[in-house]
Amino acid sequence: MIMTRFLPQPWLSLMLFLLWLLLVNSVAPGHLVLGAILALLLPLFTQRFWPDRPAVQRPLVALRLLGVVLLDIVLANLTVARQVLGPVKRLHPRFVRVPLDLTHEFPITILASIISLTPGTVSVDVTPDRKALLVHGLSVDDEPALVADIKARYEAPLMEVFRC
Amino acid sequence: MLLEIVISLFILIGAAFALIGSIGLARLPDFYMRLHGPTKATTLGVGGLVIASFLYFSHGWEDVSLHEILVTLFLFITAPISASLASKAALHLKLRSLAPAPETIAKQEDAADPAGERQG
Repeated sequence: MIMTRFLPQPWLSLMLFLLWLLLVNSVAPGHLVLGAILALLLPLFTQRFWPDRPAVQRPLVALRLLGVVLLDIVLANLTVARQVLGPVKRLHPRFVRVPLDLTHEFPITILASIISLTPGTVSVDVTPDRKALLVHGLSVDDEPALVADIKARYEAPLMEVFRC
Repeated sequence: MLLEIVISLFILIGAAFALIGSIGLARLPDFYMRLHGPTKATTLGVGGLVIASFLYFSHGWEDVSLHEILVTLFLFITAPISASLASKAALHLKLRSLAPAPETIAKQEDAADPAGERQG
């Protein structure tokens, strides 16, 4: 009870604490205290801006997802670099509709960000009913494969992380 | 010596991808395709430079430099949002596109959300 009252978002607090230490690049006692104060106060003050935010349930799965995304960024960059430098006529740009199984705003935002960060795809919009993402692909040859890939590689782990 | 070579390598990789991103921006034929250029520059381009900077400043001075993690973090948070906003605006303006326009979604959105205020 006290825990939820003073630490409504433990992960956000932990992140703010680490962010502060990184920002000042020091672990001097004074900065530890200041960081802790910020980590306690900021979530309390900003709580109204976070309507029912789902909590991270499986941090290890989240870490693995981060690894997968970083690897994909490197690999996809090479592919897209080749496409950009190659003949433009050979590209097949497409808008692709990716149906969503995620229901909550926050994980959908993360999924959309991942899609934009991995080169070759940019998420353009989410439908008003939040049932699908609109994604623009630089060169899509196999639409169902792209959708299946996004769902299996990024969405499934996200659902596991947030259990929703 | 070895470290300098490794650092130079990362700077070169980063610069090369930033260059390819810019070439893409200049060369690709429509707005949506051009968006793909900058996303590449911000991921692997800046990634390479950030790793080089991390190695250089962690070696030359006594303590480790961790500001680079923050640069990456903030970039990864902000880049997709600006890309999404730009492409959303383009969709509303119905810019010329080589990809078949997503009529169903655009119409649905116009009907339900005329101001385009909602963010996913």
